[in-house]
Parts: sequence; C-alpha cells; structure tokens
Amino acid sequence: MRQFRRLLALAAIAGLVPFTAQSQQPRLGGELVFPVPSEPPSYDGHREETFGLIHPIAPFYNTLLRVDPNDKGGTKPYPSLAESWTVSPDGKAYVFKLRKGVKFHDGSEMTSEDVKASYEKIIFPAPGVGSTRKGQYADVEAVRAPDRYEVQFRLKHASGSFIASLLSPYNFIYKADILAKDPHWYEKNIMGTGPFTFVEHVKGSHVVGRKNPNYWDKGKPYLDGFRAIFMRDSAAQVAAVRGERAHIQFRGFTPKDRDNLKAALGDKITVQESPWDCILMVAINHKQKPFDDPRVRRALSLALDRYEGSKALSQIAIVKEVAGVQVPGTPFATPPGELGKLAGYWRDPEKSRAESRRLLKEAGVPAGFSFTFMNRGIPMPYEPLGVWLIDQWRKVGLNVTQRVIEPAAYYSSLRKGEHQVAMDFQCGYIVEPDLDMYKFTSTSRNPANYGFYEDPVLDDLYDKQSAATNVEDRKKIIRQFEKRVLDEQAHYLMTLQWHRIIPHSSKLHGWTITPSHYLNNTLDTVWLSQ
Amino acid sequence: MGRYVLKRLLAMIPTLIGVAVLIFILLRVIPGDVVEARYLAQGSQFQSQDLMDQERAKLGLDKPLWQQFTTWMTGLLRLDFGLSMWTGSPITEEIKLRFLLSLQLAIMASTIATCLAIPLGIIAAMKQDTWVDYAVRVFSITGLATPSFWLGSLMILSMLIVFKWVPPMVFTPLWVNPWENLAQLIWPALAVGYRYCAVGTRMMRSTMLEVLREDYIRTARAKGLWVKLILTRHALKNAILPVLTVISTEFAFLLGGLVVTEQVFNLNGLGMLFVEGISHRDYTMIQALVLLVATFFLTINFVVDIAYGWIDPRIRYR
Repeated sequence: MRQFRRLLALAAIAGLVPFTAQSQQPRLGGELVFPVPSEPPSYDGHREETFGLIHPIAPFYNTLLRVDPNDKGGTKPYPSLAESWTVSPDGKAYVFKLRKGVKFHDGSEMTSEDVKASYEKIIFPAPGVGSTRKGQYADVEAVRAPDRYEVQFRLKHASGSFIASLLSPYNFIYKADILAKDPHWYEKNIMGTGPFTFVEHVKGSHVVGRKNPNYWDKGKPYLDGFRAIFMRDSAAQVAAVRGERAHIQFRGFTPKDRDNLKAALGDKITVQESPWDCILMVAINHKQKPFDDPRVRRALSLALDRYEGSKALSQIAIVKEVAGVQVPGTPFATPPGELGKLAGYWRDPEKSRAESRRLLKEAGVPAGFSFTFMNRGIPMPYEPLGVWLIDQWRKVGLNVTQRVIEPAAYYSSLRKGEHQVAMDFQCGYIVEPDLDMYKFTSTSRNPANYGFYEDPVLDDLYDKQSAATNVEDRKKIIRQFEKRVLDEQAHYLMTLQWHRIIPHSSKLHGWTITPSHYLNNTLDTVWLSQ
Repeated sequence: MGRYVLKRLLAMIPTLIGVAVLIFILLRVIPGDVVEARYLAQGSQFQSQDLMDQERAKLGLDKPLWQQFTTWMTGLLRLDFGLSMWTGSPITEEIKLRFLLSLQLAIMASTIATCLAIPLGIIAAMKQDTWVDYAVRVFSITGLATPSFWLGSLMILSMLIVFKWVPPMVFTPLWVNPWENLAQLIWPALAVGYRYCAVGTRMMRSTMLEVLREDYIRTARAKGLWVKLILTRHALKNAILPVLTVISTEFAFLLGGLVVTEQVFNLNGLGMLFVEGISHRDYTMIQALVLLVATFFLTINFVVDIAYGWIDPRIRYR
C-alpha cells in the first residue's frame, strides 16, 4: 500500500512537471481587454502624438524596426519588417533588408516601395499633409528603394540616433498605392501588416481587433483578438481591472491603485514597474527678472531635496527616480555618484540650502521674495509635485504662489511667456538623448523651450552628441550638456522621473514593461493563460 | 391655441440665435484651441509651428471671427452642424452615436424618480409630522445632499467588494441584449434617479401640503368623499404642476448634463462628449452640443406649458 502511494505521488509529480513546463508555453486564444484613457482623433500614426492612438491602433501595423519586446530598458533595436540592416563606414547610409512574403490585410504584398512611401510621408510630407515627426528626421537626405526588398536611407551627416528614431512606434508602414491616391486615407481608415486586423471602432467606446491568420511571424499572434475600451476616469479603469473585466491598462496606475489592487486580488495581480520616460520640469522664464540671473536659477535647484522628495512622493504619486536629462538606468544616463555632484543633487540638503540662500543674497534677491509658480490643472502628478516644489522653495525663504491653469489652456499661457516659473512636461516614445535633450536647446531653435533663452554653447553640445557615433564619446558630451543645462546655467530644473506602475491580471503573459508607455503595444507576443 | 403655439415656436428662434452667438464668443475668449490641445498637450519633444499653422488653416481658425461665425451659421440654416475639429467626423454622426444612451438613461432615471417622488411626496404630506413624514424627509434631504457621481462611485465600490462584479463597460442597445443593457444602465439610473427623486419628493410634499389646506379640499372631505378620490381628482391635479416643471427641467438636464456620472460609469453619452469637446477645445462640437441642449430645454418647456392647460383647464393660452 505504501509503495502504491509512493508510486501515485511520483506519477502525480511526473504529471505536474510537464504541466508546469507547458504552462510557460504560450497558449493560443482569448481576447485581451484593456482600457485606454484617451481616444485618438484620427488613425494616422504619422500625424498624431497621443498614446491613445498607439494602444488601440498599433496592433494593426508593423514598423520597419521595433524595440526588443523583452528589453525592459526599451532601447534595443529589434527586427520587424526589416530583418537585418547595415550601416556604411561613413555612417551616412543605412541599408535595410526587408522580409519577404509580408502581406497587408488586403492580401497584397508589402515591399520596399511601401516603406519608402511611408517614410517619405513622415519626412517629406506633401503640402497639406501633417507629419508631427518630420523634425526628427531633418538629417535624412533621401529614402530609396533600389529593389523590392531593400530600403536605403541616405543621411546628410552621420548620426548616433538614427536607428533609435526608426524604433518609433508611430511610424506605421502604409501601402504605397493608397498613399499615392490619397495621402489622407489613413486618417480615417486602418489597413496594415500587423498581427491583428481591424474589426470596428465605436467612437467614444471601443476598438476591436481580430487575429490576422496570415501574419508573417508564423504562430503569432497568440490571442484571438483584443478589445480596447476608452475609459477616461482612472477610478473606472482600476475598477475594470479589479472586477476582472479588463486584463491591463498599458499607461500606468498610481502607487495607491497598485496597493489596492494587490490587496484585493492577491496573486491574481502581477505588478511590473519601471522608471518612466516622462518628467515634469520647471521652466524658468529667463525674460523675467530676477530669473535672468543664473545664480537665482541655481538657487531654485539647490533648494530642492530630491532624494527626500523621492522617498515621500513615490508613496503617493507616479514619480520616483532622481534623474538628470536621461532616464536612470538607461544607456546614456549619468550614474548616481556623478549626478550627485550637480547643483541640486547634493546628498546634504542643509549644505545645498545654505548655498541656495547665499546665491540668492549674492544676486540681490531679498528674503521673502515672492513669485508665481504656474502649474497645470492635472491632479497626477502635477498637484503633489507643485506642492512639494513650493514647500522646498519656502525653506530657503522664498514666498511662492501657485497659479493653476486648466489643462487645455495651459500651453497657450506658457507659449505667451507671461509666467515667471512654470511646470513643463516631456514624455518620450523611447529613451534617446536626441529626443530627450532637444527640449533644452535655444528657443529660436525649439519653440517648445519655455525658459525662453538662447544658449549657443548648449546647441553646439547638442549637435556634437547627436553626430557622435561612438557611445563613450557621446556619453562624455551628454555629461557636459547636462552640467550646463542643470548646473552651470540651471536653465531648466528637473523634478523627479515618473515611475510607471502596471498592475495586470496574472493571466496575462508575454508583455514586458518598458520606460515608455508608447512601446510594446503590437500585442503579437502577448498571451492569456486562461 | 394655434396662435399661441406658433408664437412660442417663433420665440424659440431668437433665443437659439442668442445662445449661438454667446457660445461662439465665449469659446473664442477662453485660451487654447484644438491645435494646441492636439500637438502641445502630449509633451512630445519636437513641435512644429508650421504643422500647427497648417492645421489651423485647414480648420478655418486663421480666418476672421465674423467669417468663422457666418460659415457656422450658414451651415446651421441647412441643419448642418459641420465637422468635429478634433476627429474630422460629421458632428451629427458623433451625436447620434451617443444620443440613444443618454436618452435611455434620462428616461430610466426620470421613471425611477417620478415613480418614487410622487407617491412619497403625497404620503409625506398626508402623514405630516409622523414618523412616515420624517422618514421621507430624511430620504429626500439625503438625496439632495448626495452628488450622483459620488453615489455612483460608492455603488461601483460596493459591488466590487461584495459581489466582485462591476457593470459592463461597453454599451449594448436594449434590443440587442436587454440584460446586458440593463446591467450597465440601471446603476447610473439609480444614482441619478435618487437625487432627481429627492427634488421631486420635496416639491410634491410642499405643494401637496399647500393644496390639502385649501377650502375646496376641506369641503370635499366634509362632503364625505372618498380620500383616494379627493387626492387624485382634486388635490393631485392642482399640486402636480410645479412638480411637472421640476421633473421636465431635470429631464432636459439629464440629456446633456450627466458629465461626471457618465465618467464614473464609463458611459459613452452626450455628457462625456461634452467633456471631451471642452478638453480638446473642439469648438464646432461644443457649439453644436450647447445648441442641442438649449433646444431640449426650450422644447421641453414648451411641451410642459402646453401640458399645463391640459392638466389644469383654468389655464388659458393667449
């Protein structure tokens, strides 16, 4: 009898082992349901800027390259429609070999002409055709399609960021014939090569996609389909996940939402977290006195205890990491030890505040000096960060009044340049110095610089790092750029890096968080275990 | 009567023109426009002034205000609301998509409110200063003090904690799947209907109390008429008029004003469209919605005024 029981136990274990191994294998079928907090105005990725387009529409398309879906850093290039690529020795020519047999959803074959037409629409749009990312490809001289499965990009000069710019999840590959007939067709229609085919979009409600049975990546996608539900209210999104009506929300939840979901659902919820390539910055208007004085701007930065702020604010807001001009932990980010040498990043807050007071005094700013801080009327994380900033500045004797502006009116106010000090915001689809640091270049070059300053030295450093093809050389220039913009001139102040928290159903597999909520939304690798 | 109806209908025209002018001017006064909402609010690194100018020209926002206004008014005369500045889709299509849900919700909430408010108000008046009256007063005052969206949030949270269930997230028309439809809409209808019912109950109670003190009611009682008959034939007909006004005005409000409640329950109705329109500075959409809501109010007021004469024959139209 004992032997029998032992045999039974062994058999059970033997039965369990393959079961466990199998459970790691992607399961076919199921419909992924996810809320999307924003709805896209059109379907044209080349024209829009909102993640509200990426989350429900990206699964219908492919891009030339993509970010490795398993790379948590969200920066590694990975083949998509291009299976390989080479760069010429002078760094000016990029050649991409395309996959053969890739079909659009209408059954026609995708060729180099389609890639060329799509990129020409982005880089050299015809009059009347909108392309928001045209400026990112200013270095591109020409796009060529020498044969059916090869695409060439010719640059005006070598660039350290060109491959990264091709990882943009917005650069959907469209069909050349359609674009030739009507370059606006893709604004109101969907037809790509992606893992899912379009079923319906009920405006204000949802988008439905069905598995593409002819997808070029055989065996994928694993899901039968997906349903993206537009849901503006964050409490409703949390309730949808908690009520198991939705599997995931791809943008992010607050620390409190995460804790509540975990407490309510336990093992049914898996949490993935990452530094987020979004940050709130303080734009100091150089045209307003006394903020034209670098000592005053440095004093404002030195007044901030970012490390304590991180500890406290990360409990209540979607911010966490102390950061420079790059997302911490990513290839070009300044290591914490080095970052700690910059003004406002010192580990000793009292020493920092003493220096802040000294600088204010030296600049002739009287004790109790009052100014207005303009903030955007969005609760998370603008409100807690605004309160924190005001409290920190109060500690060096500054008297700050907060003026909150309605979100839709905010940028109109900011562009007028009437503010003294204001909250500014930047969010990227990939962590890349060219993209992340352009914000800080002179206002004559970048109208989105709300510090309203001219700094040719900074512009020169920006161009140098952009052209540097050697990673170590580029890092060195980025450090110089960072020191100038955050320390020596203190043109802008960084608050804290956003922190992305994705609590999702434990049934969901094959999805890896990245620092960008614009990435990893093709859904070809995602599967549901039940 | 015919002359009165015609006069009232003609009076609606200048009112609507006034609303149109007012909303057009107000929208242009507030800062920000649809192009900024589209290209600046996302915090992207590269912003192109050329693209923004191009988009403004495409939407006609670069034209003088009088020209924008005449273009819009000319469209309105042809009953053409134009295209949404945000999506580029015809506004009538966008409204049509949401109208059904808002109408059903308004009807459900009104039905719940009316069915509860009238009997509760009457009972409270009949049993004045008894525990029944106190209970109704507590019920109605609580309803007045409770915002619908808060009650809605509480309902969702309770359902999640107790039943581990939330209402469906996507609208299903009644004729497609009645169960699914009711499972989604009954909760917001209850949340909104409660506040609405509270207003009606208070009104019904006070007008009923007033009427019950009238001489003709005392006479009817003295004559030994059956209480039910006194209430329905004599008291209710006279007491219901102000209640009817309140209920109808609330109904018009529900058609376009359930902004926060629709967000809480994720309902794709006109209120949500309003919020989206405002946050995107979608001028054409907001203008159309404001005009639509104004038309609802004017029409419902007109219908109620006509109904007054039917309910109370003493009312004469001139």
